[in-house]
Amino acid sequence: MVIYGVALLAACMLVGNLIGELIGMAIGVTSNVGGVGLAMLLLVFMVYRLQQAGCLDMSSRRGVEFWSSLYIPIVVAMAASQNVVGAVTGGPVALVGGLLVVAVSFALVPVIANLGNGKYAVPLDDLEHDDQDDAEARHE
Amino acid sequence: MNERLLEVFTSNGLITAFAAVGLLMLVCNLISKHLTAGRIHGSAIAIAAGLVLSYIGGVSTGGEDGLADIALFSGLGLMGGSMLRDFAIVATAFGVDVRELKKAGMNGVIALFVGLLVPFTLGAIVAYLFGYTDPVAVTTIGAGAATYIVGPVTGTAIGAGSDLIALSIAIGLVKSISVMIVTPIVARSISLNNPSAALVFGGMMGTTSGVAGGLAATDARLVPYGAMTATFYTGLGCLLGPSLFYLVVRALLGG
Repeated sequence: MVIYGVALLAACMLVGNLIGELIGMAIGVTSNVGGVGLAMLLLVFMVYRLQQAGCLDMSSRRGVEFWSSLYIPIVVAMAASQNVVGAVTGGPVALVGGLLVVAVSFALVPVIANLGNGKYAVPLDDLEHDDQDDAEARHE
Repeated sequence: MNERLLEVFTSNGLITAFAAVGLLMLVCNLISKHLTAGRIHGSAIAIAAGLVLSYIGGVSTGGEDGLADIALFSGLGLMGGSMLRDFAIVATAFGVDVRELKKAGMNGVIALFVGLLVPFTLGAIVAYLFGYTDPVAVTTIGAGAATYIVGPVTGTAIGAGSDLIALSIAIGLVKSISVMIVTPIVARSISLNNPSAALVFGGMMGTTSGVAGGLAATDARLVPYGAMTATFYTGLGCLLGPSLFYLVVRALLGG
């Protein structure tokens, strides 16, 4: 049933936030520490275990998938209900910071990829890449 | 009579928000398809449009909740509020397949941590140089440099104001759009032509929409690999942003 999926999702979020509050109390900050991140890790783990046990049917999955597909629309609504006027005074921060981060991150991709290829080679036989793929990609 | 008709919308605020956002996304997807040839994803245009509408709403009402201050669109505050937002973000982790993730291997894990550490640090330094010295502000802006999700989630957790959250969305959006545009151009020179590199790429960039858009324009078959580590990046970012990162910033700046 769809509600099983929604309930699983809800339970993960609540437990994640509870642990987040407990960590917050433990380290003496008033904030919820990483509740959303913990909830995500918990959901990944739960889905993995339930799938192994064969307890996750199609309609339960749909309950989670529905909310996952609402992610971007909800982010749009979030963007539309912020104090942008207040943020505009700091406008250049967004542009300078965003572009700088992208430039540095791109520069680091080959460095890290090479590091892995040298020492921790990952066998990949499910997708072979050749010139034909490039041609296909360009046609799209 | 007008008031009575308007009340249909205001008393069904959340439903009105669903309809309004759906309409906005339809328009933005059409813009993406016809004006940018699909180069910039409709989602990025829609988020940018949301920020612009928020600005218009703020200017016209003088309030602090953007478009949600206009009675007709008050439901946007609920739809985009932290409860439903966190619920949808957690749901995206559903797409993460543990077995696939193991394929990313050690370089994927390194990419995730480096990919988070670099924007946190650079974003925080840029924020500081622009005169933000409050640890909450520096942390929120630095987290926004990770993604436009990690920023608001971190900001909400440590009690940042709405203006800072808007700023962190904006910085994440600049990153997301640049990744979409730049990826197909530089794909060859950074050897982004195999699943292993795509997994590393997703972990380095982290912005799910940027990575998915950029890889789709490079080679559509790489998208699931990049999107998966990017989703994991979001989870890790939401975990480390309000905890480790905030504590380090607070220790450095005092407060």
